[in-house]
Amino acid sequence: MTQDERLDREPDVHTWTGRARVWMLKKLPPDKLLPEDQPSYVASWIYVFGMGAIGSLLIVIASGVILSLNGPNWYHISALGHFVNSLHLWSVELMFLTMVVHLWGKFWMASWRGGRALTWITGVGSFAVSIVAAFTGYLLQTNFDSQWIAFEGKDALNASGIGAWFNVSNLGQMFMWHVTLLPLAVGAIVVLHVVLVRMRGVVPPIDAAATDSQLTGVPATATEPTEAKVN
Amino acid sequence: MKGKVDPMSARAVGIAGTPWRGKLREYDLFKELTVGVSVMVVLTVILALVLGSPDEPSVTLKSWANAQTADFAATATAELGGTSETAQYGPPYTNTKGATQTIGALDLQSLSGVQLPVNTANAFVLDPLATLPNQPTEIATWRAATKAEQAKWTDTYATALSKAPKSAPLNVKSGNYGPVPALIGDLTAMAQSGALDGVIQAQGNAYNLNYTNEILFLGDGQYFQNLAADQHLTGDQWGMMNETGGTPGQSWLWLFSFFYQIPPFSTAPNADLLVVGVMLILTLLLALVPFIPWLRRIPKWIPVHRLVWKDYYRKR
Ligand code: HEM
Repeated sequence: MTQDERLDREPDVHTWTGRARVWMLKKLPPDKLLPEDQPSYVASWIYVFGMGAIGSLLIVIASGVILSLNGPNWYHISALGHFVNSLHLWSVELMFLTMVVHLWGKFWMASWRGGRALTWITGVGSFAVSIVAAFTGYLLQTNFDSQWIAFEGKDALNASGIGAWFNVSNLGQMFMWHVTLLPLAVGAIVVLHVVLVRMRGVVPPIDAAATDSQLTGVPATATEPTEAKVN
Repeated sequence: MKGKVDPMSARAVGIAGTPWRGKLREYDLFKELTVGVSVMVVLTVILALVLGSPDEPSVTLKSWANAQTADFAATATAELGGTSETAQYGPPYTNTKGATQTIGALDLQSLSGVQLPVNTANAFVLDPLATLPNQPTEIATWRAATKAEQAKWTDTYATALSKAPKSAPLNVKSGNYGPVPALIGDLTAMAQSGALDGVIQAQGNAYNLNYTNEILFLGDGQYFQNLAADQHLTGDQWGMMNETGGTPGQSWLWLFSFFYQIPPFSTAPNADLLVVGVMLILTLLLALVPFIPWLRRIPKWIPVHRLVWKDYYRKR
């Protein structure tokens, strides 16, 4: 009996909560969320870059939280503060590096195939929102760089009519965007992205065919014979 | 689509669209996460220790007026006369006619309106001077004059200033500048003492986190611009991608920065709007790759995937 069949038979689920549980377990059963095996083709260095982006994002968040404890002036006056600021900067640089390699990897693997368009789109979304988040971070340095970036950055925003409401020289406003709104947005979209990857499973190679040796002659116990099913 | 589905599309069909039923390999998600985070921690710490992060002190009106008095005085004259870049910027700061960037009838800058009004003569010169314990009487002279008189005074003074030896206010030949030399002289002294920074910043409040006026004033002068150019931060130096001290900046903006360097953008008066538009379209195209047939087939034509799944294809 497959997981789906088991779930379909769950007796008398009529509450919102119960239905939500059934729906979630169907879409993302625990062994898909936290798998102990992967298809044989998941064997390439390119797969580590997504994890690298997650790793650096976690460091970005952790170092950002430490910077928040003492506020924006800390790093101008304390060696420790300056070091934490450097950690924050370099984890961001690494996050973009890994993210861009990841992006191009997924492009050349055409990883949107087989119902994974939303995974791709949330990926592009993560990239776009991260760019705005990083930009607001540069504006909070409260030093020469942030003065200059605010001065130069305003023109593109003003020309597109955004600058009237998103004022890069307004430190208070940029602070709020950088420490609350944008981290929430990046976090939410990255979580959605990763959950989608787990739901859909890792995309098979381009041109994979039913006659490939890795699809034929697999012992029946290796996988449950699920119906061809569209997520 | 008729008949066969494009295997490069995002449709959930075929082997890519169904759960994998072939061979498996062991995989430990938590272990990979732990290793991933650890490696990134080590790399981050090394980079932070070796390269650090820049922290060039901010520029103030005080440091500017002391380092380059002539530039400060010339800029202040332009603010008073309403001829500075800020004074003629258009929305969101002023309602200068024809100052906005447009594409045909598309004028988003005007649409947004003057949401952050800045009257440079008042905000940068006259109001600050009015806070002095001994208010200069020249403020009243200026305010009583007609627009034409004011313009004539600032114009002739600006010209005289630029012709004076070292462009120094003290070397300006005498002439009919009305109250302008006195106002600019007092403002310069105020700036040199540091008082002007406080007044422009506070705008009558104890708390103020909005630096718009100070940054616009700094940006109207040459001093701030030259400091940035020395550090390779200006637009024509791909400045978005740099920070002071040669630290990499927002290098992921390379394409955004690139468009500013090439025609038609490099010479267009509406370059900002054009580049933003192009980048929006390109980002949208990137997001829609799965739905655009010729784009989604590129990975098939240029078979980088052969390298990624080398093992799989070899064992076919
Ligand atoms: C903060 C940014 C990002 C994070 C943390 C992230 C994380 C991940 C992780 C952990 C995976 C699974 C493992 C792997 O294949 O590497 C993944 C898969 C994927 N990512 Fe990202 N990603 C990010 C940005 C992007 C971007 C910018 C794109 C493309 C525009 C993208 C497209 C994809 C796609 C299509 C998959 C599915 C791969 C498959 O099914 O084989 N991601 N992402």
